[in-house]
Amino acid sequence: MGTALSTWLSLVWLAVVATAATADDLAPVGYVTVTPGSLTSVLSNSSDNRPIPVKPFSVRVTPVTNAEFLNFVLKNPDWGRDRIASVFADHTYLHGWKSATDYGDQTDRQRPVTNVSWFAAQAFCEHEAARLPTWYEWEYLAAADATHADARKDPAWRARILAWYDTPTDMHGPTVGGAANYYGVRDLHGLIWEWVEDFNALFISPDSRNQGDPDKLKFCGAGALSLQDKENFAILMRIALLSSLSGADTTDNLGFRCARSAVPNLTHTTPNQ
Amino acid sequence: MMKTTSRLIGTLFIPLILMAASHSAVADPGTKSPGRLSGDFGPPQGEPIHAILTSPPNVPPPIHRKFPAKVIVDLEVVEQEKEISEGVKYMFWTFGGTVPGSFIRVRQGDTVEFHLKNNPGSKMPHNIDLHGVTGPGGGAASSFTAPGHESQFTFKALNEGIYVYHCATAPVGMHIANGMYGMILVEPPEGLSPVDHEYYVMQGDFYTAGKYREKGLQAFDMDKAIDERPTYVLFNGAEGSLTGDKALTARTDQKIRLFIGNGGPNLVSSFHVIGAIFDKVRYEGGTNMQKNVQTTLIPSGGAAVVEFQTKVPGSYVLVDHSIFRAFNKGALAILKVDGPPKKEIYSGKELDSVYLGDRAQANMASVSVATKAAASGTLTQQEQINAGRELFAGTCSVCHQPNGAGLPGVFPPLAGSDFLNSNHQRAVGIALHGLTGKVVVNGNDYTSVMPPMNQLNDDEIANILTYVLNSWGNKGGTIDASAVKAERARPVAEQAGH
Repeated sequence: MGTALSTWLSLVWLAVVATAATADDLAPVGYVTVTPGSLTSVLSNSSDNRPIPVKPFSVRVTPVTNAEFLNFVLKNPDWGRDRIASVFADHTYLHGWKSATDYGDQTDRQRPVTNVSWFAAQAFCEHEAARLPTWYEWEYLAAADATHADARKDPAWRARILAWYDTPTDMHGPTVGGAANYYGVRDLHGLIWEWVEDFNALFISPDSRNQGDPDKLKFCGAGALSLQDKENFAILMRIALLSSLSGADTTDNLGFRCARSAVPNLTHTTPNQ
Repeated sequence: MMKTTSRLIGTLFIPLILMAASHSAVADPGTKSPGRLSGDFGPPQGEPIHAILTSPPNVPPPIHRKFPAKVIVDLEVVEQEKEISEGVKYMFWTFGGTVPGSFIRVRQGDTVEFHLKNNPGSKMPHNIDLHGVTGPGGGAASSFTAPGHESQFTFKALNEGIYVYHCATAPVGMHIANGMYGMILVEPPEGLSPVDHEYYVMQGDFYTAGKYREKGLQAFDMDKAIDERPTYVLFNGAEGSLTGDKALTARTDQKIRLFIGNGGPNLVSSFHVIGAIFDKVRYEGGTNMQKNVQTTLIPSGGAAVVEFQTKVPGSYVLVDHSIFRAFNKGALAILKVDGPPKKEIYSGKELDSVYLGDRAQANMASVSVATKAAASGTLTQQEQINAGRELFAGTCSVCHQPNGAGLPGVFPPLAGSDFLNSNHQRAVGIALHGLTGKVVVNGNDYTSVMPPMNQLNDDEIANILTYVLNSWGNKGGTIDASAVKAERARPVAEQAGH
C-alpha cells in the first residue's frame, strides 16, 4: 500500500516535472512541408543549366532564435560558449550574449541567433531530429516571393535582397517572423545569412575573376560560377559569403534554420500562418 | 612644413641608417647577388615596422630608410553608411573607413606583411588585390576574409611606383563601385624629391538607384553599373569632400605633388587642374616622366603622380575634364592657394567661385543686385528678368539657344511655347527635377532628356523662369522663389517634373 502510494506519488511527481519541462520549453517548433519541384540554380553553368530536382522536405518556418538556442545550450552544456571545443567554434561564438547561459536583453528573445558555427548549428538541428538544409533546398525556398514559387526575374524580389545589403548590421534589430513566402517560409531574405549543410561544397574561387580559367585541381567546379545572368548576383553574394567560411567560423549576421527530409512516418506540425 | 617634418624624420632615422650600414656587409642594397630579382635588395633588416596609414587626402611622410625592412600593414574593411552628397546617404564598403581607402607607403625591396581584417559588423566577405604585388591575383586569393576574421599574406615590393589596390570579391564591379579601392606607394630606394605638399586624390564612379542628388539612402544600381551610366563621378568618395573647408591648401611658390588615382569601376579620367599646368607627370604611375601637361589620362585601376609649382594665389579646380562629370556628377575638388597677388603672371579678376562654372559668366552684376534685393524684400520683376537673363545665358542657352528657339526635334523652344505658358508650376518642377520622355510643344514632339538643374538655388530658378516668361513672345508672369522652394521640398513621388 505504502509502496503503491509512493509509486503513485512519484509518478505524479514525474508527470509534474515532465509538464514543467514542457511548459519551460518553447512553443512547438514550426516546420512546414515544402512542395517538391525543380530549380535552375545559380550554380548551374550555362552549358549545363538543366533544372535540379528538389525532393520533398520540410523546413523551419523561421530561423532559430536566441531563446531556442539558449534552450538547446541549457540541455547540452558542451555547446555553451564557455565549454565549446575550439575546433567547433571560433572565439566570437555567441559573443553577443551576456553569458554562456543568458542571451541578455529580453528583446533579443525572438531575434535570430547569430555568431553560431556550422558545427553548433548542425548539432542544434540534430537535437530536434533535423539537419541543416542543403544549398539547393535553401535556394529553392529563397527563389519564391509571396505569391510565386520562382520570383527571381522580378526586380522587386532582387531589390528586397539588395536593400538588406545596404543596411548597417544591427545586432539588436528585427526579430523573426517576417512575411511568409509562397511556401509559408519566413525571413529567408532581409534578416540574416544562413548556414547550409553543404556550404563547403560551394565552390567559388577566392579571387572571383578566375571564372574563365579556374585552377581546376584546387577549385573543382569554380568555373561554374559566373555573373552572366545579372539577376543572379544578389544570390551569388550569399554564396560568396558562405564560401569564405570554415565550419568553426561565426559572424554577427550568420544564423541558421533546420530542415528534415520527408520520411513517410514523420509527421510535421503546421505553422500558424 | 613637410620639408621640416622630413628633416626631423631624417634625424630620427640616423641610428637606423648606421645600423643598416653595419649590415651592409651582409646585404648591400646596391649590389645584387647573382639570380636576385631587380628590386630585391635582400632579406628585411632591423625590427619589423608598422606602416603609417593615412586617410585621404593625406599621405604618410617620406620614408628616408636606407635598407629593406619588414613592414606590417594592418588594414580593416568597414561597411558603413555615409553621405555621398548633401542629404544623400550611401552604404560604402571601405578599406579603413574612407573612400578611397588608407594610403600605404613602403620602400622598394620591403617585405610587406599584410593583415586584412574584416570588421565583425560587415555583411560581406572581402579581399584585396594590390597592383603593387607580384603574384597571382595580387593577393586576392590569399586574403579572402569573412566578416569578423583576418587574413595574412606577405609580399616583397619589387617594383617602385604608385599602385591602385581594390577588392576582388564577386561581384568585383559592385565591391569597387561601393568604394573598395585605394593606393600604395612603393618609394624608390633613394626616395622621392622633396616637395611642400603631398596629397592623395582618387576618382571613382558611383551608381545609385535615385537620380543625382536625390535625397535619402540610395541603393546601388547594378543595371546602371553594367550600362556604365554613373549617377556620380567623385573625387574622394563624396561630393564636397575636397571643397570649402575641406579644400586642399597650399601657399604660393610651393611644390605640390598629387598622387592621383582612379578606382573606376568603369570610367577613365581626364584629370585636369583648371588654371595650372603640370610641370611633371609620371603618367600611368610608370617610370617615364612627361613635362608641361595640361590634362593627363588616368585609366580605371591606374594612377599618376603629378607635380607642379603654385605661382598665383586663388582657387584651382581639380576636374575630370570629361566635363559634364565635373559640373553635373560631382567630379570637382579645390586646391586653395594663398599668398600675395602676382599681377605680372596673372592680372586678376579672381573668381573664388570659379568652380561653379556655369555661373562664372562675364557679367553677373545684375545677379548680385537681384540677390541683394531678394534678401531685403524689395525685388522687382525687372530685377528678376535682368538677373534671369544672365543666368539663362550661362545655364540654359546651350540647349534652348540664346534666343529661346531651341533646336528643332532635339531641344524644345521656350520662345512662344504653349507648353510653358500653360503651366508655370510645371516649369518650376522641370527646372528642378529635369524632364525625361516625350513632350509636345507647339504641336511638335520632343523626346529628350533634360538634366535636373537643382544645383541652382531658389532665387536663381525663379529669376530664370521669370526672364523666360517675359521674353520672346511668351505671355508674361512672375515666379516667386517661394514657389521654387515649395517644389524642391515636395516628396519625390509627387513632384511636378514627373
